[in-house]
Amino acid sequence: MESDWTSILFFFLFVSATLGITYWAAKRTKTTEHFYAAGRSITGFQNGLALAGDYMSAASFLGIAGLVALNGFDGLIYSTGWLVGWPIILFLIAEPLRNLGKYTFTDVVAYRLQQKPVRIAAAIGTMAVVLTYLIAQMVGSGTLIKLLFGIPYVWACVLVGVVMMTYVLFGGMIATTWVQIIKACLLLGGATVMALIVLSKFGFDPTALFAQAAQEGCKDRAADGSLIPAGSQLFCYGGKVLEPGTKVVTGAWDAISLGMALMFGTAGLPHILMRFYTVPNAKAARVSVQWATIWIGGFYLITFILGFGSMVLVGQQNILAAGGGGNMAAPLLAKVIAGDIFFGFICAVAFATILAVVAGLTLAGAGALSHDLWVNVVRGGNAPQHEQMIAARSASIILGVLAIILGIIFEGQNVAYMVGLTFSIAASANFPALVLSVFWRRFTTWGAVLSILFGAIGTIVLIILGPTIQFDLLFPKVGTEITQAMVDAYRSIPGMDSIAVGGKINAQLMAAYQAYIKSQWWFFPLKNPCIYTMTGAFLIGIIVSLLVPERSASEGFAEVERRAVLGEPKGAIAG
Amino acid sequence: MDKHEQRLHAVAARRWKIAFILSAIMLVAYYGFILLVAADVGVIQNLLKAGTAIPAAGLGDQITLGIRLGDGLSVGILLGAMVIVFAWVLTTIYVNWANKVYDREIEDLSHLAR
Repeated sequence: MESDWTSILFFFLFVSATLGITYWAAKRTKTTEHFYAAGRSITGFQNGLALAGDYMSAASFLGIAGLVALNGFDGLIYSTGWLVGWPIILFLIAEPLRNLGKYTFTDVVAYRLQQKPVRIAAAIGTMAVVLTYLIAQMVGSGTLIKLLFGIPYVWACVLVGVVMMTYVLFGGMIATTWVQIIKACLLLGGATVMALIVLSKFGFDPTALFAQAAQEGCKDRAADGSLIPAGSQLFCYGGKVLEPGTKVVTGAWDAISLGMALMFGTAGLPHILMRFYTVPNAKAARVSVQWATIWIGGFYLITFILGFGSMVLVGQQNILAAGGGGNMAAPLLAKVIAGDIFFGFICAVAFATILAVVAGLTLAGAGALSHDLWVNVVRGGNAPQHEQMIAARSASIILGVLAIILGIIFEGQNVAYMVGLTFSIAASANFPALVLSVFWRRFTTWGAVLSILFGAIGTIVLIILGPTIQFDLLFPKVGTEITQAMVDAYRSIPGMDSIAVGGKINAQLMAAYQAYIKSQWWFFPLKNPCIYTMTGAFLIGIIVSLLVPERSASEGFAEVERRAVLGEPKGAIAG
Repeated sequence: MDKHEQRLHAVAARRWKIAFILSAIMLVAYYGFILLVAADVGVIQNLLKAGTAIPAAGLGDQITLGIRLGDGLSVGILLGAMVIVFAWVLTTIYVNWANKVYDREIEDLSHLAR
């Protein structure tokens, strides 16, 4: 994709507006209460938009539109899973979290337990989620910006890193919240306009659009094998686009496990949980989830329309030919239905989306490093305000630099699985400990620590031993030329003795390799381990707590109960 | 435990009960959808393994979510959209109850905060 001036113009408008807000916010960011929690001054409605902004990442906008455009129905598995986590947050998490915590969700887990071990474990859980999500976002952004604007990958990573670091470092949560709100409005507005234009071509009847996609017999290549250009005809792919396929989920257990990760992972994402501290009270926290659920649900319904729209109007071959594994479906659709200027606008919105999400993640990571580890573990909770601010800002710089470095290291890697990994870790490490600490009187320090560590480490180990890494990442794709190193590595595998330099990896060699790996005792058959790791984390938390009771923890539960309902006393000096 | 403390306990217990019931309903609705997907994926995989062609959608003899309710609408798409709408309904029910009933009870007990 050529870099074109409209997208650059829109992008500069966005960056200058948000940097202006950062300047305004910087003057209001004096204490950690401002830096982490925006001075608790955000209203429920505003926070609902900001939550939606934090959640609607490029993965859910470009990713789901692409997934739907290439696979049809299967995209809905992700959309519904990502939405139903929100009612769970509303019912179980939002209000006690707001009432019990200060800046991070660790405050809640550690409330009546021993501070140091719990905070160290929870910081590990938080960092595991933040870093895997940062890698996914940074690599996605580098590739996307290269594709959209023609900027080299490394510069794209540096640009994203520097701009978002500016937001976080100077404007803290106030700037980050307003960046999220602006971005959420742009994204919701842009996507809605696009969906309306698509639907106007089908008499405003979505089923007419789906029916067109499900027709048989269209071709997306001309007789000479060349691509039929987007926009010159309506494309169609047969009835299979309206029913489940085997590409997104590879089996029944995988579907169940993926559903668990999507549903409960949302309730364990540190950058989402942190948002509940920006509102003044539990009622505002509750209202903000209601708004977030409305925006996000509507957004996913719209994205589904956009996915089918680009399947029909752009064509699957054209989407694939644009690169990015389907991620270009929505921008290309904008180009086909409304021309270059709208294309530029949607590209700039996608870029803004990445910037805003990365800023939110950095702030959450900074909270874990400075508030949990430095202030509460190293300094035992007694650090003067100015020192806390220095720690918070230093941690933001560390995370920003780390984000850029990780983005550069992982260049060209397939990181699509990282988003799934993030949600699995969040569901397995953070969610069980958070729920048990709020609901269960007999939960103990070591129950919490071991549950979090099992959830985080178990998920990472099982992903490494599973098909995602063993098949998709470690073994070359069909059609790759065979090198001497590959011959040396694979010749001893049964069925692969015919492998030779100069040939290409074919389906037979691939099958032999997969059969061999599957026969190994350590191989883990599911793409998504959540069904084992989340269940395991709950069981470990419960069993360890029952085996080694902790008197002070169960005595402190009455206070947790009272505080979870009533919140902090009126007139108390917060901070 | 004095009378107020007991009432606080009762109010908290009632909120948790409602919260757990609504969570369970959401879980059942979503997992109903996911299990239908899982069952269909299982059927498709068996057909692929046996080398049989996947039956054309529309008859719905085996792939439930592929049953068509019209030219462009399959059961799968309808149920998926309904899961999202259902999530809206449940959150609205909870927020209305909490804003009207729960908050008033909490307000009466707010002097207990410490």
